[in-house]
Amino acid sequence: MSGAFRIPGAGRFKQAKTARFSFDGQSYTGIEGDTLASALLANGVHLVGRSFKYHRPRGILSAGAEEPNALVEIKRDAARKTPNVRATVQELYDGLDAQSQNRWPSLSFDLGAVSDIASPLLSAGFYYKTFMWPKAAWKSLYEPKIRAAAGLGVSPDQPDPDHYSSRYAHCDVLVLGGGAAGIAAALAAAETGVRVILADEQAEFGGSLRFESGAKIDGQDGFAWAQAAVAKLAAMDNVRVLSRTTAFGYYAQNFVALVERVSDHLKAPGHDLARERLWQVRAKRVVLASGAIERHMVFADNDRPGIMLAGAARTYLNHYGVAVGRNVGVYTANDSAYAAAIDLKKAGVNVAAIVDLRDNPTGPVIDEARALGIEVNFGRAVIRAGGKLRVSSMTVQPKNGGGERTIPVDAILMSAGWTPSVHLFSQSRGKVAFNDETKRFVPGTYAQDCVSVGACNGTDGLSATVDEAYAAGAKAAKDAGAKTAKGNKPKVDASESWSRGMLGAAPGAGPDTTVKAFVDFQNDVTAKDIRQAVHEGMRSIEHVKRFTTNGMATDQGKTSNMHGLAIAAEMLGKPIPEVGLTTFRAPYTPVTFGAIVSHARGPLFDPTRRTAIHPWAEAQGAVFEDVGQWKRAWYFPKAGEDMHAAVDRECVAVRKTAGLFDASTLGKIEVVGPDAAKFMELLYTNPWEKLEPGRCRYGIMLREDGFIYDDGVVGRLAPDRFHVTTTTGGAPRVMNHMEDYLQTEFPHLNVWLTSITEQWAVIAVQGPKSRDIIAPLVEGIDMSDEGLPHMSVREGKICGVPTRLFRMSFTGERGFEVNVPADYGQAVWEALWAEGQKHGAAAYGTEAMHVLRAEKGYIIVGQDTDGTVTPNDAGLDWAVGKKKADFVGIRGMARPDLVAKGRKQLVGLKTKDPKVVLEEGAQIVEDPKQAIPMKMIGHVTSSYWSENCGRSIALALVAGGRDRMGDTLYVPMPNGVIEVEVTGMVFFDETGGRLNG
Amino acid sequence: MLLIRCPYCEEERPELEFRNAGEAHIARSANMAGESDDDFEKFFFIRSNPKGIIYERWRHMHGCARFFNAVRDTVTDKFVMTYKAGEPKPSKLPGVGK
Repeated sequence: MSGAFRIPGAGRFKQAKTARFSFDGQSYTGIEGDTLASALLANGVHLVGRSFKYHRPRGILSAGAEEPNALVEIKRDAARKTPNVRATVQELYDGLDAQSQNRWPSLSFDLGAVSDIASPLLSAGFYYKTFMWPKAAWKSLYEPKIRAAAGLGVSPDQPDPDHYSSRYAHCDVLVLGGGAAGIAAALAAAETGVRVILADEQAEFGGSLRFESGAKIDGQDGFAWAQAAVAKLAAMDNVRVLSRTTAFGYYAQNFVALVERVSDHLKAPGHDLARERLWQVRAKRVVLASGAIERHMVFADNDRPGIMLAGAARTYLNHYGVAVGRNVGVYTANDSAYAAAIDLKKAGVNVAAIVDLRDNPTGPVIDEARALGIEVNFGRAVIRAGGKLRVSSMTVQPKNGGGERTIPVDAILMSAGWTPSVHLFSQSRGKVAFNDETKRFVPGTYAQDCVSVGACNGTDGLSATVDEAYAAGAKAAKDAGAKTAKGNKPKVDASESWSRGMLGAAPGAGPDTTVKAFVDFQNDVTAKDIRQAVHEGMRSIEHVKRFTTNGMATDQGKTSNMHGLAIAAEMLGKPIPEVGLTTFRAPYTPVTFGAIVSHARGPLFDPTRRTAIHPWAEAQGAVFEDVGQWKRAWYFPKAGEDMHAAVDRECVAVRKTAGLFDASTLGKIEVVGPDAAKFMELLYTNPWEKLEPGRCRYGIMLREDGFIYDDGVVGRLAPDRFHVTTTTGGAPRVMNHMEDYLQTEFPHLNVWLTSITEQWAVIAVQGPKSRDIIAPLVEGIDMSDEGLPHMSVREGKICGVPTRLFRMSFTGERGFEVNVPADYGQAVWEALWAEGQKHGAAAYGTEAMHVLRAEKGYIIVGQDTDGTVTPNDAGLDWAVGKKKADFVGIRGMARPDLVAKGRKQLVGLKTKDPKVVLEEGAQIVEDPKQAIPMKMIGHVTSSYWSENCGRSIALALVAGGRDRMGDTLYVPMPNGVIEVEVTGMVFFDETGGRLNG
Repeated sequence: MLLIRCPYCEEERPELEFRNAGEAHIARSANMAGESDDDFEKFFFIRSNPKGIIYERWRHMHGCARFFNAVRDTVTDKFVMTYKAGEPKPSKLPGVGK
């Protein structure tokens, strides 16, 4: 037998398999199909957790996603520990291991419960008021202590080993919620042939048909009808049925995010199975059939284990075959709890009394309860519950005062009425409207192409619900383009119906300020807290919510929001709609990060780009650095070399003999067309019309504001063809910038732009011996200084493959950049490497490249410039065409501030002690003895040890820098002030003679 | 995630394929170098940032790569219409001002 409280003959599990599970180390037996909650209740376990703030013992309140109390940790292994799982949602599997949370040393004896005794100190706004001073203690003392004492589960401490999947889907009609309303709407839509997706958060469809014993549709029991109807839908080609799938976010243009729990219910899910699957669905029409959530009664000690929602008790009985007690009391303000009492009574459970707050209600359920011999009391309230770890009694009093009577019970079923689930509707930006008669918020003004049906729309009764939903499903299909309808509307033969109820605190909630009548169980917010918030001046419900934290827990106030609102409204003396409802936000229920991130983590988080020559560099033992998405060889250490030694050796080799460098990551754009030169004139500061084909020029690109945006060497291959290079990181934005101007400002120009970054591998060969290395492999290009002078480009062949051979230099040495089709990149590199070995050449990485260019004062855009540097600031006036009438940035560059005196200018810095290498980013001052904060006049942009110069070198942006040549400035650092001399930017071969070898 | 109609592809495509490119109908002067400081300020720095209808540029970055113009309501985040670059600002907007 799977639990002493399992009632033979009750529930829907016939000949079901048993499943063993453990809770806090104790072994129990349940049934496959149980939730953890139903299995615990079947074993008589109500106490399952401790509350967030007061550590009060808590039980199971609900039978669904709204559960605020029964949060447990589910552990599969050391890495698979999921905290805050709602026991009412977690399906049982054989071997399930669950632990209670937020208690020490044990669940039944929790030392943290002293905060319950100390609770007068912990009222609403307590955190804001108590821990204000001293400020520094907040981070170091108060916050860690409060976090340790208050709280729910513990985060897993290992990386998540599970994998998650993600799918996009499109449909004509998306039906959210698989109760009677959702199924009827889906049937109507599906029968027209349009594409339908029907999703429900539960393992089985049926919604409240799970507990409504009185429902009959098409001659069958309601739940059986639901299963048959869903089986029929699932068999249709145009329908996708998703169970265990929660729609948690409703976004613009009917874009709905759902999470499907794929394997959390399985005993041993294989690793081929994702844990969860994220569905991102775009629907032409959405039908919301999200039902309603029952509210609890707000009275003293209404949180004792054993006190639960009446509908939940009914679900445990009618679906799971579990009695939640042997002697139950009922406390209600509407009819639906009577149905629970009747079902339990018929199943043999004693119903001690029904306490109804209403004065003289009438109706068939009341008559039936009386006929079954249940004591029914009208106009009375349960003013408090007895018991601590489990409810033991309820104390009843006439609601306007009078004699008290205490009735022993082992469970209390309560119902204050049902709140339409307008969460998704509200997320769709629809505006809710308050129905004064039924005291509930229902969908009012729609913002998207969706419709609400059934209980979430405030529709009462199964018959009316099915009618409304079927019509709405058919209309949604028609609006989405359906032509024909050929179905039969389900016929409701018997139904239950109730509405109304109460909002706010019942008489048992005080005014006594020591009474704990919980409004929000998960955040431990009582009726008194809401009243206090209003007393202390909160007027808007948004303020009341934040001050008390009502509705701000992981259950987002599914059971508490309306009560909190009603108590605030009563205190303020305002009607409920004037106080307003707080905004519903995604997610409807908590969603794992895994589901959202899916495969986009680890190596798949971002693309990795590797050059054609990468495998060679890897084989040589290169150390790589990330430059944007690229992996670039940073340096090539030989045995025993650290980075410093390797970079020194590489730098010296380039200037002594030659070096090979993989420059493939440089952005490359081909600008082609009859107007190519005109276009280049407009996009770069330099003049281009007169550049001869076969020659190159260093170009500067500005933004319209006059600041440097990018730079690079441009070769003119033909009158109508330019090979433009950009910085590695700048390639995509330069392409975008060019396309923007070409398409929108200069569309009259006949030009095509093509990104060729990936098409050409680039091998820089630099140094005195560079020509000797290349020349033997080249065909059809005159390699002499006359035939191929500095800053020129030729097309020909190298190693038998096509090349665009640039004579150019980013090192100040005679240099070449060999462009070859990327597929030949490594082969040509290896051939050049073999030649280089004859001359003692070295491979060098990006670090040496940086040092070599700094020795020559060549800037790197983005390092020596920061988006506020003009060509003049960078000492590049020579590259701005003085006779040009227009180019992007021409006007911005002339703004008063950009031509004013005292702007920061790029200069060189030499430390007085040549061995000291400055820190990049270090600040520069004129007078190191001034008071702190000092006036900073600039900062270091590039700084290296230069083995070739035998000293440190640096570039810096300094206010009025070019007027300070020879001046001494100071760089204050934590370990003392460093003296520097302002110099020109060229540290090596000032005359540039080496360029021509 | 929004759906945006590319006027070149003549298809509604998901927002992920597009990139916003700032306010539309801000023409670059044919005589840029001769612009006054005030005019340059208006051209480069001043944007309307309206509550309601905004005219803006988008690029179908991961599609046809064309820049185009769009009319969007900044309150509802709804796209009212899109049209090709270079076309005049529409004088009547569908579904607005009824």
